[in-house]
Amino acid sequence: MSEFFNMGGYGLYVWGSYGVTFALLAIEVVVLMKRKRETKT
Amino acid sequence: MTTDSIRWFWYSSPQTFFPLAGRIARICAVLAVVFGVAGLYTGFFVAPTDATQGEAYRIIYIHVPAAWMSMFLYVVMALWAAIGLAFNTRLSFLMARALAPTGALFTFIALWTGSFWGKPTWGTWWVWDARLTSELILLFLYFGYIALQATIDDRRRADRAGAVLAIVGVVNIPIIYYSVKWWNTLHQGASVSLSQAPSMAATMLTGMLLMALCFWAYSIAVALTRVRAEIAQVG
Repeated sequence: MSEFFNMGGYGLYVWGSYGVTFALLAIEVVVLMKRKRETKT
Repeated sequence: MTTDSIRWFWYSSPQTFFPLAGRIARICAVLAVVFGVAGLYTGFFVAPTDATQGEAYRIIYIHVPAAWMSMFLYVVMALWAAIGLAFNTRLSFLMARALAPTGALFTFIALWTGSFWGKPTWGTWWVWDARLTSELILLFLYFGYIALQATIDDRRRADRAGAVLAIVGVVNIPIIYYSVKWWNTLHQGASVSLSQAPSMAATMLTGMLLMALCFWAYSIAVALTRVRAEIAQVG
């Protein structure tokens, strides 16, 4: 398991990429859902 | 009139488009999750380790699809803007407006993941080479479009000004795409193209295409949800 997260020594780069990508996508979805709730009465 | 019977503009009315957009958005949201899980599983557990780059290459599964989306969404945005200018259909401008934030997001992701890939493989986070610079210009084009929409109060003028900017900016897309051929760049050429067999392992390619489908479905779902919010706000 720790081997998987280590990514052959490239853990920082791989997870740094994936983490930021999915965090940003999640933020966009959350912001949009919030806006959707606000516009619909 | 005969053109009435064809009803080309039926769905160009925001009110008729609203429920359809909702249905498509829901389907695409589900598809995005399905393709995303399948793509990540293939990318991390099925595809082998790269012979030269080790595990660092696994960034490809988000980097390449994000870069594709960044360019594709821009073209679609400019296309909607052009249709809006030509036919003066309000929904077209709403679509262009709805696509911009997601396009900018994918452009940023392409640059960010590229940077995190460049550091272990090239030894640097950033170089001013043709591919990277033109992609950065794409990000600024998106920002420019969004800023223009935000700063011009008159909605119709904002739409038209934004449309002109978006259409002119399309020039940058072939520059990004062919930059690796036209100039000597650090960035590698395309591993997947329409004219040649892909130069990568089949499982790697499968994972990458699944992630591309995930990003496609995600973009459609998000853009349509945003356009629905716009319609609900301004009518």
